[in-house]
Amino acid sequence: MIRTTAGSTVNGIPIRPRPPEPGPSGMRETFGAVVSEEMERDPRVAVVLAAISSGMFRRAAARHPGRVIDLGIREQAMIGVAGGLALTGLRPVVHSYAPFLVERPFEQVKLDLGHQEAGAVLVGIGGSYDASEEGRTHQAPGDVALLDTLPGWTIHVPGHADEVRDALRDALPGDDRVYLRLSGTANRAPMPLTKGLTVVRSGSPRAAGVVVAVGPMLDRTLEATADLDVTVAYTATVRPFDRAGLNTLVAAAGNADVMLVEPYLGGTSAHEVAEALSDRRHRQLGLGVARDLELRAYGTPADHARAHGLDAEGIARSARDFFLA
Amino acid sequence: MPTTAALTRYADLPALIGLMEGDEKHSVAAHSTLDVLWVLYDRVLAVAPETADDPTRDRFLLSKGHGPAAFYAVLAAKGFLDVSALRGWTTFDSRLGHHPDRVLVPGAEIGSGSLGHGLPLALGTALGLRAQGLRRPDGAEPRTVVLIGDGELDEGSNHEAIAAAGRLGVGSLTTVVIDNGSALHGWPGGIARRFETEGWATREVHGRDHDALQEAFTRPWGARPLAVVARVRPTA
Repeated sequence: MIRTTAGSTVNGIPIRPRPPEPGPSGMRETFGAVVSEEMERDPRVAVVLAAISSGMFRRAAARHPGRVIDLGIREQAMIGVAGGLALTGLRPVVHSYAPFLVERPFEQVKLDLGHQEAGAVLVGIGGSYDASEEGRTHQAPGDVALLDTLPGWTIHVPGHADEVRDALRDALPGDDRVYLRLSGTANRAPMPLTKGLTVVRSGSPRAAGVVVAVGPMLDRTLEATADLDVTVAYTATVRPFDRAGLNTLVAAAGNADVMLVEPYLGGTSAHEVAEALSDRRHRQLGLGVARDLELRAYGTPADHARAHGLDAEGIARSARDFFLA
Repeated sequence: MPTTAALTRYADLPALIGLMEGDEKHSVAAHSTLDVLWVLYDRVLAVAPETADDPTRDRFLLSKGHGPAAFYAVLAAKGFLDVSALRGWTTFDSRLGHHPDRVLVPGAEIGSGSLGHGLPLALGTALGLRAQGLRRPDGAEPRTVVLIGDGELDEGSNHEAIAAAGRLGVGSLTTVVIDNGSALHGWPGGIARRFETEGWATREVHGRDHDALQEAFTRPWGARPLAVVARVRPTA
């Protein structure tokens, strides 16, 4: 499914201003506010925590006895309890830093949710290098790749706090398994939640190819590719991946060359691109967090983006090389 | 006598197990969980095939999923499972494997096999029932009973749930630990003490004594979660 956002380009030139310095995205606060609000309306919604963000749900805990469960620093039990809640018909929202939400209790995610056919909405913060000053222990660039080994997950990577709101309102009434990956950095403007690719800038019929920007990578990707004749598409939903949409965009471009810009482990969606384009010869490049090094450095998320070639300059360099511009 | 009523007694369990495991080894003694399972389904749990989907039913979660022949036999004796399903277990088309899968086995509340998952799931189940204020037809809060092994207790995930359940005062949660002395490094001071320290009511009982088991599961224990340690002879 492809949507074009009217007014975002003028004669092929993006009218989006330069991205601001990365700062608080407001996504975490939006998450707390929207879930608290939905708890008023939907008696199925319950929150499961392991000491992270407890204060954010203190009011909801007082208003809805038994529906905010803070287990202390016990992440295995956090997922197991969520599975049990779901088996009784509740809709658990489970929240922590991504490494403690997805990686530490991964077998619980696989068995206590997936194998039991129990649903939950996992909401992670600190993916990739958002927690740059905290170091490797608080970073999880592999979260999406890891969940991608399990069937049946919907994975949203919002690029703006409004997209967090829309994804939550979409996910909470269901009973499926959803991962919502919050980021510390955001794009300047929200995009509609289409669950597929949305064209942000159309290339010409002779376009060098298609660039897909995921979540918070959009603004910098637009800036990086401003002088290239490529189609730039956006998605905040990476699983299920919009294979048909990508195939259609590639068919309309001059070349079947696809560059993916993902904010997590590089190449996480390479197999999706390969599947989407299995009917044609194609090239692809997956940008993301480096797989072949553990970056032992602190600093800011912007420092890490630069180190991984995920700042506008790095993306522009990769794009020029890949599209042979 | 109708055939459906022919295999519904405790005395029929060895024959039912025999349908799965063959004739040689279907002794009760080889199945450490058998008597506890029987007492739970026969005398304790408010759940039957007709109420298997009732939100207010009691739940039994088999966490120690290995060696499930006794569990399948009890489910068959109690009518959750067709006796015919026992033949050919673990074959490709069978619903019954060496570890139960809740999606395939009628009456199984969870799929289990990997150790240390049942107790946190049971805690969540009990908390979920409590949050919804569900009550059985007799007015009581539905019980959630989870069965683990003493070896399984090695898994750290159990201890997260034991501590949390005690602090949260989840009185509707019962853990039965089948203690057949299989934990490699043992539990100095006893298993019950681990639960007691965390705020559970505890009882130790002979794991083959039906009346004693019933009493341990049903005598009022207050508002704390209940741990029943059922000792059985170690298997050689």
